[in-house]
Amino acid sequence: MNDNNKKPRVTKDTLKTAKRLLGYVMRDYKMKFIAVCCCILMSSIASISVSLSLKFLLDGYIVPLIGHQNPDFTELYGALSVLGTIFLLGVLATFCYTRLMVNIGQGVLKTIRDEMFEHMQTLPIRYFDQHTNGSIMSLYTNDTDTLRQMINQSIPQVLMSGLTIIVTFIAMMVLSPLLTLLAVVMILLMFVVTKKIGGNSGKYFVRQQMDLANVTGFVEEHMSGQRVIKIFNHESVAKEQFDELNEKLFHSAANANTYASIMGPVVGNIGNMLFVLTAVLGGFLSIIGVGGITLGVMASYLQFTKSFTQPFMQVAQQFNSIIMALAGAERIFGMMDEEPEVDEGYVTLVNAWKDKDGNIKECKERTGMWAWKHPHQDGTVTYTELKGDVRFFDMSFGYTDEKTVLHDLTLYAKPGQKLAFVGSTGAGKTTITNLINRFYDVQDGKIRYDGININKIKKADLRRSLGIVLQDTHLFTGTIMENIRYGKLDATDEEIYAAAKLAHADQFIRMLPNGYDTMLTGDGEELSQGQRQLLAIARAAVADPPVLILDEATSSIDTRTESIVQKGMDNLMKGRTVFVIAHRLSTIRNSDAIMVLDHGRIVERGSHDELIQQHGIYYQLYTGKLELD
Amino acid sequence: MNRKLLQSIREYKRESILAPVFVVLEVLMEVLIPLQMAKIIDEGIQKQNLSYIIQMGVILVIMAMFALYFGVKAGSYAAKAAAGFAKNLRHDIFYRIQDFSFKNIDRFSTPSLVTRLTTDITNVQMAYMMSVRILSRAPIMALLSLIMIMTINMEIALLMLLLIPILGGALLLIAKKAHPHFVKVFDEYDVLNNSVQENVNAARVVKAYVREEHEIEKFHGISGVVYKLFTKAEKIVAWNSPVMQFTMYAVIMAMVLIGGKSIVYGTMEVGELTSVIVYAISILMSLMMVTFVFVMIMIAEASADRITEVLDEVPEMQDGENAIHEVPNGDIDFEQVEFSYGGKDSTPALQGINLHIKSGQTVGIIGGTGSSKTSLVSLIPRLYDVTGGTVKVGGIDVRQYSLESLRDQVSMVLQKNVLFTGSIYENIRWGDENATDEEVQRVCELAQADGFIREFPQGYNTMIVEGGNNVSGGQKQRLCIARALLKKPKVLILDDSTSAVDTKTDALIRKAFREEIPDTTKIIIAQRISSVEDADLIIVMDEGKINGMGTSKELLETNEIYREVYESQVKGGGQDE
Repeated sequence: MNDNNKKPRVTKDTLKTAKRLLGYVMRDYKMKFIAVCCCILMSSIASISVSLSLKFLLDGYIVPLIGHQNPDFTELYGALSVLGTIFLLGVLATFCYTRLMVNIGQGVLKTIRDEMFEHMQTLPIRYFDQHTNGSIMSLYTNDTDTLRQMINQSIPQVLMSGLTIIVTFIAMMVLSPLLTLLAVVMILLMFVVTKKIGGNSGKYFVRQQMDLANVTGFVEEHMSGQRVIKIFNHESVAKEQFDELNEKLFHSAANANTYASIMGPVVGNIGNMLFVLTAVLGGFLSIIGVGGITLGVMASYLQFTKSFTQPFMQVAQQFNSIIMALAGAERIFGMMDEEPEVDEGYVTLVNAWKDKDGNIKECKERTGMWAWKHPHQDGTVTYTELKGDVRFFDMSFGYTDEKTVLHDLTLYAKPGQKLAFVGSTGAGKTTITNLINRFYDVQDGKIRYDGININKIKKADLRRSLGIVLQDTHLFTGTIMENIRYGKLDATDEEIYAAAKLAHADQFIRMLPNGYDTMLTGDGEELSQGQRQLLAIARAAVADPPVLILDEATSSIDTRTESIVQKGMDNLMKGRTVFVIAHRLSTIRNSDAIMVLDHGRIVERGSHDELIQQHGIYYQLYTGKLELD
Repeated sequence: MNRKLLQSIREYKRESILAPVFVVLEVLMEVLIPLQMAKIIDEGIQKQNLSYIIQMGVILVIMAMFALYFGVKAGSYAAKAAAGFAKNLRHDIFYRIQDFSFKNIDRFSTPSLVTRLTTDITNVQMAYMMSVRILSRAPIMALLSLIMIMTINMEIALLMLLLIPILGGALLLIAKKAHPHFVKVFDEYDVLNNSVQENVNAARVVKAYVREEHEIEKFHGISGVVYKLFTKAEKIVAWNSPVMQFTMYAVIMAMVLIGGKSIVYGTMEVGELTSVIVYAISILMSLMMVTFVFVMIMIAEASADRITEVLDEVPEMQDGENAIHEVPNGDIDFEQVEFSYGGKDSTPALQGINLHIKSGQTVGIIGGTGSSKTSLVSLIPRLYDVTGGTVKVGGIDVRQYSLESLRDQVSMVLQKNVLFTGSIYENIRWGDENATDEEVQRVCELAQADGFIREFPQGYNTMIVEGGNNVSGGQKQRLCIARALLKKPKVLILDDSTSAVDTKTDALIRKAFREEIPDTTKIIIAQRISSVEDADLIIVMDEGKINGMGTSKELLETNEIYREVYESQVKGGGQDE
């Protein structure tokens, strides 16, 4: 509950964030921003001259004319045209700075968004595993939105108000330092009150944010479980629980907004009090003739006092949104400061061909043959043919230092072999695949790929040589064609059709009204889980990698379809090194070797027949005596 | 904002009315206070009358106190009214969704419902708060200021009267021009968010295929469009301030000119000119605020429409009059059943289904992906209504039962199982809120869940996290079966609910069913032959039709699909899993 009482506070970090944000503006829009500042200065001079000039015009050009028979207004016209010019300049300045601010604001936002996304692409999988999708998403939505509001509204507002305050203050000082002292006291009072109200409001805003998150969480859970709720007639309970959370949100929202909206009247009326005090004190001083206060000075000084509170009110109203935006910016920068995935690999994958003597030569065009280009320290370069030989040596790994997930794993897969992993949830099957394509790095031992330590291979090239089909199929918004082409961006339509046929997806795709041009949205919601898996297999097939990792790739396809797909899969696997993780033991029966994993250790290994004869865990699993979870 | 939404204000009508009332009082004070100030300057300071200054000062302080009080009241009532309105809206939407039928649910995606309940309502709430405060403040302010000017100088008042519609029109025109651009911006925003969401979800795929650059390029394209649209929209809005200022300065110049001449000719006081300018500025400011609120309302309009869409969705199924509350037995009959998800004209999911199941029978259903197994059983607890023919439970058309009683007595375990945040006890009790601990434990024993639950350190009090991700797939399925059993249903439907359970446990569950709930009709959809092999009746589904029916033995002889599946799974003595 501690969080409940957290007040938004200006800390060192907030200032740092503000500075960094300003850095974006200064980096790309230095000249524009300076221009904006100049324009705002001009604009506020124009607005201040309204109250300044009035006295000037009255005293200098209007009052002296009173009583004249034929008043000559030429001088007044002259003065007015000077004022008009200032006003015109002011309007022009306002026009310029509002437009420039649009460019700067949106430009900075675009830069931040782009950099955020670019940086996110470099982050290791670990980052995605450790953060919920919702929290990453909210960086792009909520946090960027508050930032947008701050840049668009708060910054010009505060700049304008700040300048107005400074100019007015100087004018007041010139008129009467003594009375200004009084104003300073009142301003301090204003600050204290604003801080108090602002703090309370901030507290409730934080609470509102939390209550909103609770409501969102509840809604999310219940919307996705809506069908279960209906089946169990559980609607009334859900309604009751929702009302409770909803009521809490109402209270914090009402309070937060109350405090935010009473800020205006409070500051404004403190200003009114300031006016009275100044009038009384000033009147008193002018009567007893202390401090050189004349009538004219008093009159215009009081004018200033009136216009003085306005900018304060504006700054006070922006306070909350600035603090909220900076908190959002802090989170955004937090993500941008995450360490990117390191890649010190230098071995690359190149197209190759063999000359008459069997020497491997590098070439530009696609030959169907690939080689690892291995530059050495002495400047020589050697080429190793890409075959798909994967070996693990005494490999150990844990996601955290406290818990080791894999212990001293040693295994090998020769080119073209099919290796299967069996074991319960948490036994470390998926972890192995995470290590082969270096989503995570091994802590102990090493993995060699065609004899090369995979740490020396550039990650992009390593991954390009591996095809992977995951249990959770993810598709992208776009046509089916585009989704399959994801595996190889320059694939021809014919290659796509062939891959789809191989994965046995062609048939259902052609049944769709728009065939291969069917648009998929929302992760392919329109398709069944099984169909989505078939597309994922086609996607891997078009990439045509020498090594294939199938992590529960057919778990959602019914057995009958699977047996048909299996033929395609067999075609796909032909000549490739394959790692298979499967729940259904029937899919791995024909593997060259099956590894039974238990708590990160290989407890049994061998072919299907060998393992059946051993009468061990595999045998029990196979005959249904043991449960696989 | 549309009328439908405003109905949700309900008990916050008082606040919604009081807020503008206090706003009006506050504005009254705000108009009177400058008058008082002018008096202090003109009468007090100019004439060096200190006691007058103090006298008027005290009155002014009192007025300021009142203004403060009114302002605080107005602010808090407005905040409360808006927050209350939002609360009621959330309440109404959530309740409406609870009354949705499956068909209604299918029409909205989960994330879109979540957005409607959160972001959209927040937008409406802000717009409402602004409306309550500013739409009452601005016109009153403008009117009072105008009256004040009238009392001072008719000529200037007429000028203002002329100016208001011109400036107001100009500002409205800007808002109107900007509106379609903002709508486009927010649509593009959805595209942007969608793209990020996809990337976050599919981070592994992007990395595995080394498509980071490709994704960045795609993203730059979208963020570029957002930038362009947003800049365009905001540049239109950016006309507001200069137009405003231009008018304001022009008015001031005109007033100085007109007022100055009046002063010279003796028809106006010096102090009056100052007041007139102050009032004129507040009229212009009011206009500015009104347009600002209009822009906000326009933006909130899109959100309001999305909310109304949910509120307007009519729940498809409602209990008829004289609904029957008791299901006599577990007989199930399908007579000439036709069904399609999109209504009569769309492609049928089920065609010509005739089926008779006796109370207490165990029925197995098998068939490939897309063969409409799930559609078939969904009709029994009336998750959907048939488009032709009838489905009867206990000899009575399902449409004659009250929905609640039918679903209480026809229990279905869905393929896509969901457990909710809460303890195991709480989750199982979804089946029957008033069940004793012993009853909960008994159904868990039947579902073969008791064993692993007791192995948890906290046993039945173990907390399940959202989505039930802290138990394994097989455990989750057994908990869901237990939850369904607690209802003591007359019909129990398992839709592929033991796929992650090993064959041995699966067999034990079926044995428990046979022995412990012999009178309950059990319908089991499975991909595994062994799960249905010993059923009294096996139905083979293919492309929305019954392809074959009979016992396993009969089907092996007569049905090709069944034989094919059987052989793929049983041949060679090996069974999957």
